[in-house]
Amino acid sequence: MIDTRGLSCPIPVVMVQKAVKDAPAKLEVLADAEVAVENITRFARSQGYEVSVTEDGIDYKMTLTK
Amino acid sequence: MKKQFALRAYLPVIITGVVVGIAALILTAMGNPKNMGFCIACFERDIAGALGLHSAAVVQYIRPEIIGMVLGALISAVAFKEFRAKSGSSPACRFVLGAFVMIGALVFLGCPLRMVIRLGGGDLTAVAALLGFLAGILVGLVFLKKGFTLGRAYPIRRGEGLMLPGFMVILLCLLLFAPQLLKFSESGPGSMHAPIAVALIAGLAVGVFAQRSRLCMAGGLRDVFLMKDFTLLSGFLAIWITITIGNLVLGSYNLSALSQPVAHSQYLWSFLGMALAGWGSILLGGCPLRQLILSGEGNGDSAVTVFGMIFGAALAHNFGLAGSADSVVDGVYKVGGIKTPGMVAVCIGFVVLLVISLTHLPKKGD
Repeated sequence: MIDTRGLSCPIPVVMVQKAVKDAPAKLEVLADAEVAVENITRFARSQGYEVSVTEDGIDYKMTLTK
Repeated sequence: MKKQFALRAYLPVIITGVVVGIAALILTAMGNPKNMGFCIACFERDIAGALGLHSAAVVQYIRPEIIGMVLGALISAVAFKEFRAKSGSSPACRFVLGAFVMIGALVFLGCPLRMVIRLGGGDLTAVAALLGFLAGILVGLVFLKKGFTLGRAYPIRRGEGLMLPGFMVILLCLLLFAPQLLKFSESGPGSMHAPIAVALIAGLAVGVFAQRSRLCMAGGLRDVFLMKDFTLLSGFLAIWITITIGNLVLGSYNLSALSQPVAHSQYLWSFLGMALAGWGSILLGGCPLRQLILSGEGNGDSAVTVFGMIFGAALAHNFGLAGSADSVVDGVYKVGGIKTPGMVAVCIGFVVLLVISLTHLPKKGD
């Protein structure tokens, strides 16, 4: 699980960028800002991942799958 | 599906860019200085002056545009359930970074937004600033890729997240009900302003649109190099194109490097000033405009950054660090620009940014 909560833009995307270098089939990301969810979604889709987002209290749980 | 997603992502940013461009043209037509429909750095500097934090008599006014942007972002964030009070991500570093971003911008005579507005007016002196801004962003990206971070922000009490919006409400009350307490320029850029209601409405509109679209001048260029994402850049370009078309239609487009309004032709220092602003913006996670919007969303760290920028503006004018515009005196073209203190301040800024960048990299074993 990549925890991006509380980190400024664009660090959440940089963390996901590093994680997808190994081309995992599935990645789970925790975010606390809509903007982080949008940025990660755009990036993940550009890398061929399907993205699903569920709200978890005040946070967002993202699942990236190939 | 992919095309639909791309359209959904681009459209809000492009619309925001057009709104910002039109608002800037209206504000200029109604009294704001030329090529300065919106300038976050200049307007925060004017606010610092109006509060007596610096004594440069020509740049003192409470700019309702800034108040409107923060309150517009707040209204939008609350309406769309995105208001999150949070703070704690190296606030002191952010204050210092905000101050140096401001100093860099005032050396050039404009924030990244005004840089684009100047380009849209045909001001070729701003090309050096654009190149500098890009260079600063690329330097910042090197550190981001190495793992730079100012640390996490954490949820805080709602009241803490409302500090900057509250400060803006106080400024608005002072402007409307107790202007005698404030300092107002009688000449120069500070004396040139659109009516309060027009400026406030323009600010509110830009605040709402920028909050929804995440418009960020630094983010636009950053995302292209970081992940080949052109979404935010489309807003940057939409502002440029809207302002260019507007100026052409209004007959105020002047493609030249000479005699541009509130601009100087010391290209090297425009380049270096905006390189400082660009690098600082990347470390902060957004340009000066974005810091205002984040403050409206409840981000206490961005509020501290804005206060740092106002402090930086006061420093810039109390110690003669800011640029002065080119002018024509007795028929002779006089090149403005910055003097030695401004050059030293920019150099100190680069050292400070380097130290902050290096000291916030992951330690071995992290």
